[in-house]
Amino acid sequence: MENKQYTAGDFKSAAKVTWCPGCGDFAILSSLQKAMAELKLTPENTAVISGIGCSSRLPYFMATYGFHTIHGRGSAIATGVKVANPDLSVWQITGDGDCLAIGGNHFIHAVRRNVDLNIILMNNKIYGLTKGQYSPTTERGYVTKTSPYGTIEDPFVPAELTMGARGNFFARSIDVDLSTTFDCMIEAAKHKGASVVEVLQNCVIFTDGVHDYYSDKETRPDRTILLKHGEKMIFGANRDKGLVLDGLKLKVVTIGENGITQEDILTHDATEADNALHYKLALMHNEGLPLAIGVIRNVEAPVYDQEVKAQIAEVQANKPQRKLRDFLLSGETWEVK
Amino acid sequence: MAVHEKVKELDSVVIRFSGDSGDGMQLVGNIFSNLSATLGNEISTFPDYPAEMRAPQGTLGGVSGFQVQIGAKNVYTPGDKADVLIAMNPAALKANAKSLKPHSVVIIDEDSFTDKDLKKADFKTENPFEELGLTQIQVVPTPITNLVKLSLEGLGVEGKAALRSKNMFALGLVCWLFNRSIESVTPFLEAKFAKKPAVLQANLKVLNDGFNYGANTHASISTYHVEVAEEQEKGIFTDVNGNNATAYGLVAAAEKAGLELFLGSYPITPATDILHELSKRKELGVKTVQCEDEIAAICTAIGASFAGDLAVTTTSGPGLALKGEAIGLAVMAELPLVIIDVQRGGPSTGLPTKTEQADLMQALYGRNGESPAVVVAAKTPTDCFDMAFYASKIALEHMTPVILLTDGFIANGSSAWKIPNLDDYPAINPPYVSADMAEGWKPYKRNEETMVRYWAKPGIPGFEHRVGGLEKDYDTSVISTDPANHQKMTNARQAKIDNIANFIPALEVEGNPEADVLVVGWGGTYGHLHTAVEKMNESGKKVALAHFQYINPLPANTAEVLKKYKKIVVCEINMGQLAGHLRMKVPGIQLEQFNKVQGQPFMVSELVDCFTKLIEE
Repeated sequence: MENKQYTAGDFKSAAKVTWCPGCGDFAILSSLQKAMAELKLTPENTAVISGIGCSSRLPYFMATYGFHTIHGRGSAIATGVKVANPDLSVWQITGDGDCLAIGGNHFIHAVRRNVDLNIILMNNKIYGLTKGQYSPTTERGYVTKTSPYGTIEDPFVPAELTMGARGNFFARSIDVDLSTTFDCMIEAAKHKGASVVEVLQNCVIFTDGVHDYYSDKETRPDRTILLKHGEKMIFGANRDKGLVLDGLKLKVVTIGENGITQEDILTHDATEADNALHYKLALMHNEGLPLAIGVIRNVEAPVYDQEVKAQIAEVQANKPQRKLRDFLLSGETWEVK
Repeated sequence: MAVHEKVKELDSVVIRFSGDSGDGMQLVGNIFSNLSATLGNEISTFPDYPAEMRAPQGTLGGVSGFQVQIGAKNVYTPGDKADVLIAMNPAALKANAKSLKPHSVVIIDEDSFTDKDLKKADFKTENPFEELGLTQIQVVPTPITNLVKLSLEGLGVEGKAALRSKNMFALGLVCWLFNRSIESVTPFLEAKFAKKPAVLQANLKVLNDGFNYGANTHASISTYHVEVAEEQEKGIFTDVNGNNATAYGLVAAAEKAGLELFLGSYPITPATDILHELSKRKELGVKTVQCEDEIAAICTAIGASFAGDLAVTTTSGPGLALKGEAIGLAVMAELPLVIIDVQRGGPSTGLPTKTEQADLMQALYGRNGESPAVVVAAKTPTDCFDMAFYASKIALEHMTPVILLTDGFIANGSSAWKIPNLDDYPAINPPYVSADMAEGWKPYKRNEETMVRYWAKPGIPGFEHRVGGLEKDYDTSVISTDPANHQKMTNARQAKIDNIANFIPALEVEGNPEADVLVVGWGGTYGHLHTAVEKMNESGKKVALAHFQYINPLPANTAEVLKKYKKIVVCEINMGQLAGHLRMKVPGIQLEQFNKVQGQPFMVSELVDCFTKLIEE
C-alpha cells in the first residue's frame, strides 16, 4: 500500500454526485481529485471537512476521510482536526454563505492563526441549497428571493477579507478554468499555513452566468490576468497588455505604446510580506482592470498546528513529569503516615 | 484587653477572611486552609469573588471573601455562618454581617474604620456594629495598617508595598487564635514567594508580628483548639478546587485511554480556571486552543475527536446555549466528546460569579431534534476528578457526547485530596476498528449489543469514511431520508444512551434507610444535603439521602429506590428541574420540592428546618 501511486479515480467515492447538472462544482471536484493525486496524497491521510451548503456536500464524493458538519463551522472543525493530527492533509470545502456569513468569524480566525488548512471557497454569490437568497458576496442591487428590489448591501471581497485577517496565502480561479484551479490547489497544499483558494463558480439555477464577464472563453484573456510568481504581469489575447503602478494605483498599459516596454511592467512577487500590492491586485475588478487569477499571495509564516506541537515539546524539554501523578506529587503536598 | 484567656475546644469552626479584592484574602484563606489540612483537619472552602473587575476600594462591590470550615471529620461544606470573621474594612464587615453567628469573633483593621471608610461602605452612623445589629459579637479591633507599617520600617519596605502585607498580619493573628505555629506556615510562604526573596522576608516578618501581637495582647478572650481526626486516611495529599480537579480528571482519562487530550475553550466565568490549568499542563502533552467563541470551542473539539483525540470543551451556562447545535452534531456523528458546564446564576449573563444548578434542563434537552446525550454531575470539589474521568470514559467507550455539570460552588471550593493512583481506576477501551473489520465496514455499523458504532481514526488505510450531521442509512451509512430508517436510527441513538444505565453505578441511599423522608439531590449540593441529613439522624429523626451523579441515563434502580419512600423532597438550587425530570421518567411518584435561587449554596440550617417540617407534617 505504502508505495502505491494513487490516481484521481482513487479519490472518488462510490457516492452519487448530487449537484444539479451543469453545476460548476463538478469541475472543482474533479480538479481537487486530480490535485490530490498529483500531490501524492493518500486517501487515509487526507481529511475533507465541510460545513453546510451545496459545496459542502463535496466530502461525500471523496474516498478520503470526510466530515460534513454544520453551517459555518467548517473552519473551526478543520482546525481541531489539524491540531489533533498535524500529519493529515486537511481540506476545508466551503461556499460564500457558509464561509463568509455564518462562518465568517471562524474563517477569519483560522486564517489569522495560520492553521495549515487548504480552504477551497466556492463562490457563486448566492445561497443555492436554500434556493436562492443573496449571500455576503452578492453584488449590490442584485435581485434574489430575499432582495426582490435588489440588495442594498455591499459584498465582501474574499481576498480582501483574507488579507485583512492577516492571511498569507490567497489564490483565485474560475470553475471553467480547470488548469488554473488545479494549479492553485497544488500551490495551496504546498503552502504551510492557511491557504484560501476562491473559485468563482457558476450556479446554473440561481445565478447562471454571474461570472460570465470573466469566465467567457472568448473574452477571458482580456478581462483576467493570470498572475505567476516571478513573472511579468502581462495579459491579453495578444499578450500585449500589462500592469504598472501609477502613483498608488494600478493601471493597464499596452506594450509598444507610449514608449512602454516589457521592462516597465510589474513583476509579480507572491512572497512579498507587505501585502499592499497583493491587496490592489486582488481588488482589481472592472474599471478597465483585469480580474486577477492565480496565486496572488504566498508568504511563509509560523504555522499554528506546528507551533502547538513545538510549544509542548519545548515545555517537555524543561519539565520531567509525563504522568499526572508525578505532576501532582511535584506540587504542594503533605503526607499522612 | 481581656484578663482570662481560655482555649475553646471545638469539633469544627468556620472562619471567613474578607477584604477588598486587592487585600489578598484568597491567598491567606488558602494558606490557612492548607495548613489546617496538613495538621490533620478536614477542610472545605468557599471563595466568594466580586463580579466587578476592580470596584472602587472600600466599597461593597469590591469585597472578596474566603470561607473555610475546618474540623476533625465529616466536613462536607464550608459552613453556613462564620465563627470568626476577619474584616479588613467596613465594607467587608457589612457584606458579611448576615453570615455571622451571634457570638462570633470579628477581627477588624481599626485603621481602616475611619469616617471616610465608613462612608465608602454606605454606613450612616459612626457605629457600624450597632447599625448592623451586631450587638453580641466580640470585636477585636487591631490597628493592622499601622502595625504593618511599623513592622516593615526596618526592612525599608514602605508605603503601598508595605500595605500589601496586611493580609499576613491577619494570618499571623489567626494562627495565634487557632494555635498554629509560625513554623507550620513558613513552608507555604516559602513555596509561594520562592522567586521573590524580599517579599518573602517582609511577609514572614509581618506574619510573625501578627502572631506575637495576638500572643502579647491576648487580643481575643479565647483561642481555639480544633480537634483533629484520630484516624486519618494515609497517603499523600494536596489541596484541590473543583475546577483543577476537573482538569486533572480529564488528564487522567487521556492517560488511561492512551490518547492525547484536546481542549477547545472560550473564557467564561466560572469555568475559565479549567482552561488555565490545562493550558499550563503541556508537560503532560495537553493541547489547548483558546477559540474565537463558544461555538468554535466545541467545534474544534469535535474536529479533534473526529481526528482521534480525547476531546473536551469547557464552559458555563451561556456558553452551553451557544454550543447546542454542535452537541447535536456530535450526537449525530456519534463522536466521543466531553462538555463541561460549570453552572452559574442565570438566565443570560445572570450572576457570573455565583452558583446555581439551573442548566440541567438545558443539558438534557437543549438541542433540536431527538438528541439524547449523557448528563452527569459532580458532587464535591474532589468528586470533579472522578466525574471528569468517568464522563470521559463513557464518551470514549460509548461514542457519545457527555455533559458534565459542576457549579461555581464546587468549582471554586476546595478540599484536601488524596493524590490518586491511576492503577485504582478502570481501563478505558474505546471501540476502535480492528484490521479484520475492513471488509464491508461502514461508519455507522454498530455493536448490536451496546448499539455503539466503531471508531476509525483518520490515518488508518481501508477505513476511509464520511460522517456528518445528515441522517444516514442504518445499514449502508449513506445519506438517507427514508422515514422508516429515520425512526430506526433515532431508536438506535436512544438505545445506545439508555444502555449506558448498565455501565453506571446504582443509586445509593445514605442516612437511615428506613427513613420517613427521602431527600433527593444532585451535583454540588451534596455537602450540604449530607450534613443536614446527618444532623437530622443525630437528633433522632429518620431521614435518608439519594444523591444523583448520573442523570441521563438515570441509574437502573432509580424507580425502585424512589418508590420505597412515602415522602420525598427534591432539593435543588433551581426551580425544580430534577424534580420535573424525575416526574417524567418515574411516573406515579409524589415529590415535594425545596428550591432556592439566590446565587448561594444551601445552608444546612435551612435544610434541617425544611426536613423537620416535612416529618412533622
